[in-house]
Amino acid sequence: MKATRRHFLASVGQWAAALAAVTVLRPLAALAAERNHRAFEAKSMDAVLSAYGGGSAKESADVVLTTPEIAENGAVVPVTVESKLAGTQSISILIEKNPSVLAARFVLPEGTDPYVATRVKVAETCNVIALVQTSSGYFYAQKPVKVTLGGCGG
Amino acid sequence: MADPMRIRATMAGDKVDVKILMAHPMETGQRKNPDGTTVPAHYIDTVTVSCKGRTVLTADWGPAVSKNPYLAFRFTGAAAGDTISVTWKDTKGDTRTDEAAIA
Repeated sequence: MKATRRHFLASVGQWAAALAAVTVLRPLAALAAERNHRAFEAKSMDAVLSAYGGGSAKESADVVLTTPEIAENGAVVPVTVESKLAGTQSISILIEKNPSVLAARFVLPEGTDPYVATRVKVAETCNVIALVQTSSGYFYAQKPVKVTLGGCGG
Repeated sequence: MADPMRIRATMAGDKVDVKILMAHPMETGQRKNPDGTTVPAHYIDTVTVSCKGRTVLTADWGPAVSKNPYLAFRFTGAAAGDTISVTWKDTKGDTRTDEAAIA
């Protein structure tokens, strides 16, 4: 841990307090303000974009979305998104026919690769969209995923 | 408190390859019990990963992230032996923080 001035001031009490401040309090404080409820209730990609204050998104071959063509179990669908666009700031995963389209949004600070992999639920056969925010606007890629067993229910 | 996360952070060239597996039911709030009552939503909505006091990833999640979430990403600016710290917070206000050394 680097002994910057801020950390030093925070650790006047004891080292454990500084550790807690760095690992728990700071990330949570930073996150509390960021949750965008409107985006997570949105029913379409355009609504998600407007919730984040973006204009329209362009389809781009530089956004690489990897999903299985057929998902046997819609509750666990692996999704990998990689962006080759310069200045990628965030990656969102949208599922067209889920009750709310936005599944996850990853904010990537400088120094973090424009790459994320996770697993999502897909309610029924539909397009999965990777939406990438760059310094010059929004770009997306989409792929159909066929679901044989839905992600909701049992 | 939920079960601990499984965190694996390894050096791949000058990058740190991070894989995280969390233990969480990720209940959507859409599912029904056999008696017809709705199972209330209970899911992780925010995740933060930091290394050496610097945030390297934040994620906002909805209920559509799968049960026992898996997350992988890469970042630069750390070396083997450094510690990464992962914190999640769910919709019931529970949080959990786990740490792992980069191998």
